[in-house]
Amino acid sequence: MVKKVITGNSAAAYGVKLARVQVVSAYPITPQTTVVEKLADFVANGELNARFVNVESEHSALAALISASLGGARTFTATSAHGLALMHEMMHWAAGARTPVVMVNVNRAMGPPWNIWAEMTDSIAQRDTGWIQFYGESNQEVLDTMIQLYRICEDKEVMLPGMICEDAFYLSHTVLPVDIPEQEDVDRFLPPFESAYKLDFDNPVSIGSLSMPHQWYMELRYKIAESMENARKKIVEVDREFGKIFGRSYSGLVENYRGDDADLLLICAGTMASTAKDVVDEMRNEGVKAGLLRLRVFRPFPNAEIVNLVQNAKVIGVADRSISFGNQGPFFTEIKGALYGKIPTKLLKNYIVGIGGRDVTTNTLKSIFRNMASIKDHGLDEEVTWVDLKR
Amino acid sequence: MAKPTIPTEEYMLSGHMACLGCGAPLAMRYLLKALGKRTVVSIPACCWAVIPGVFPYTNLKVPLVYTAFEVTGASISGLRAAIDARGIKDVNVVGFAGDGGTADIGIQALSGAVERGENIIYMCYDNEAYMNTGIQRSSLTPFGAWTTTTPVGKTKFWQKTQKKNMVEIMVAHRIPYAATVSVAYPEDFINKVRKAAGIPGPKYIHAFAPCPTGWRMPPEKTIEIARLATDSCVFPIYEVEYGKYKITRKVVNKKPVADYLKMQGRFSHLGEEEMKQIQEYVDREWELLLKKEEFTKEW
Amino acid sequence: MAFKSVKDVPLGPYCHLESTLINKTGEWRNMRPVLDRSKCIRCYICWKFCPDVAIKILPDGNIEHDYEFCKGCGICANECPKKAITMVREE
Repeated sequence: MVKKVITGNSAAAYGVKLARVQVVSAYPITPQTTVVEKLADFVANGELNARFVNVESEHSALAALISASLGGARTFTATSAHGLALMHEMMHWAAGARTPVVMVNVNRAMGPPWNIWAEMTDSIAQRDTGWIQFYGESNQEVLDTMIQLYRICEDKEVMLPGMICEDAFYLSHTVLPVDIPEQEDVDRFLPPFESAYKLDFDNPVSIGSLSMPHQWYMELRYKIAESMENARKKIVEVDREFGKIFGRSYSGLVENYRGDDADLLLICAGTMASTAKDVVDEMRNEGVKAGLLRLRVFRPFPNAEIVNLVQNAKVIGVADRSISFGNQGPFFTEIKGALYGKIPTKLLKNYIVGIGGRDVTTNTLKSIFRNMASIKDHGLDEEVTWVDLKR
Repeated sequence: MAKPTIPTEEYMLSGHMACLGCGAPLAMRYLLKALGKRTVVSIPACCWAVIPGVFPYTNLKVPLVYTAFEVTGASISGLRAAIDARGIKDVNVVGFAGDGGTADIGIQALSGAVERGENIIYMCYDNEAYMNTGIQRSSLTPFGAWTTTTPVGKTKFWQKTQKKNMVEIMVAHRIPYAATVSVAYPEDFINKVRKAAGIPGPKYIHAFAPCPTGWRMPPEKTIEIARLATDSCVFPIYEVEYGKYKITRKVVNKKPVADYLKMQGRFSHLGEEEMKQIQEYVDREWELLLKKEEFTKEW
Repeated sequence: MAFKSVKDVPLGPYCHLESTLINKTGEWRNMRPVLDRSKCIRCYICWKFCPDVAIKILPDGNIEHDYEFCKGCGICANECPKKAITMVREE
């Protein structure tokens, strides 16, 4: 095993290389660009034997990969924010055509005004497209999840596309030590892509024709929903198996950090979870029973896991690095939905944080825990608070 | 007894959903006769998204990958990349899109694929409007035509722009091979597709495919009108190979454009003045083409 | 390939070449092409221009309309150099 001090984007590129991806197609956008630059280097140096299709837009990148996947190749793209938004039509197509394309999305805010910093709105807006969604906390997790994702997405009972999201700059451009797994181990873990539907000229198949209301469209959509359910189990299994080979695993869909006996339980995703873990430790030292759940997977949504993990909490706080205008933070609404009728406490609070890359500091998170403590004693103040908003 | 002048093997089956007299199935039929079974076709939104039939049926005896409206160029790039990555050498990768999917919404992905030098054949079957959605104008709808989004009305709202020249746009990319074909000339059609298949890199073929429904004419007139389009120089049949122009269907006795226009209901509102204007435009374009052929003769 | 329930439906929208041959487009027809074989010179122009692949070349070299699929567009009659095909209204 080789240890390198690299960025999240670089870690993603190593993931692609180790997964022996056959077709890469992407279009540059900050802060994703260094993923594909690194991949271009790998291809140029002969370290990665892949076709690199330098397309003229993100929309075409994904379109090319869907067809490449149907053609029997393992595929990869990376994008961010506006690039992901431009892909939106093909996001649906990738799931509908059952192509296990894997993507790195660097979570970045949408314009205008232009903003290249961390926010999760871009990927959350793709929630209903039929993609499996992971949110990474460290560069190591980005690399490891890449390899896991190919196993999950290409599973015959899943056959859906998947993305791993990394917070802009906090992961994409920050160097951290990363263990680069051995190729033989990855090969043992991840067999070559075997699409059940690759091009066959003797038994030709058409893929994606018209389907009528009275006919099988609804059933085909049911199949996607069913596969997404299958993915829950696979994510846990694959993570466990990964742990056996590589010595690292990530608690499947939700990571529980000192949450079992926590009175004040915060739920969040991405890099702010790292900061939150420090804050939880600090609060514990002060005698406050704080805890954290980190959403590793947003689709399929870990409804049952969350219900199970929050049973003892007195106050549940949800920190969203995005906002669904006209309602609340998207994680919050989903978590509320998951908990409806299943837990004793009614004290649920939503914190909108880090919009447009505003730093989520230890102070930010301490103020959140302090607010949760106050809710525990005095009841809910308001359901949604924008934290660190300049008032 | 004569022999059939085109291959008898069929790769496109009956029972498809095209309207009576549609030119588009003929374009597919000839295309596949030329290329044979080691061919994969990608089709975006267009009439041909419906023609092959509803799930789980198809009328093509080759693999068909449907894609979204604007990405035929990207889809075939991805297919070629996968086929290359798998070490398969003998497969034709073909994009087959309508005029809107080619010249309007799909021009970016097409330009990208051609600029990158992808080893693909792109065929635009041109019926001169968005026919699948019900006859809306595209940038390949000719001047003077009625469509549902260029209705005649009281203000003569008909199509006021000339047809975009897709072959010239492709030639401007310095594409190895670009050509026009017509369903009226299947032998020439098949020869050109076969020639294209033998040339490495991107190939663009623009197929004239009349639409009786949208052109407001009887279905039996499809071939006749296509022939007249070429005989009147409205749609010249030529090819451009590495920049060298060759008119492959010489027009000796040019027929008046008015003959062509008067056969179609979509031009029925045009007066003498507009017809004259169209004739002048067609003449000028034809002269230009002759000059290009002359200029590149020694290339 | 008639499916009975969601259990029979494949994972994705994959269409096999059971083909549109189940779709008897001859039912669309208003006008029926009728061939006068005595006038036919077997030039196969009608066969060549049929958008519905509904004209067959028989082993003996004669041609025959396939009324299961012929939509009655009339291109064959219009293009026949010997006027051997006439279009007659369906009953």
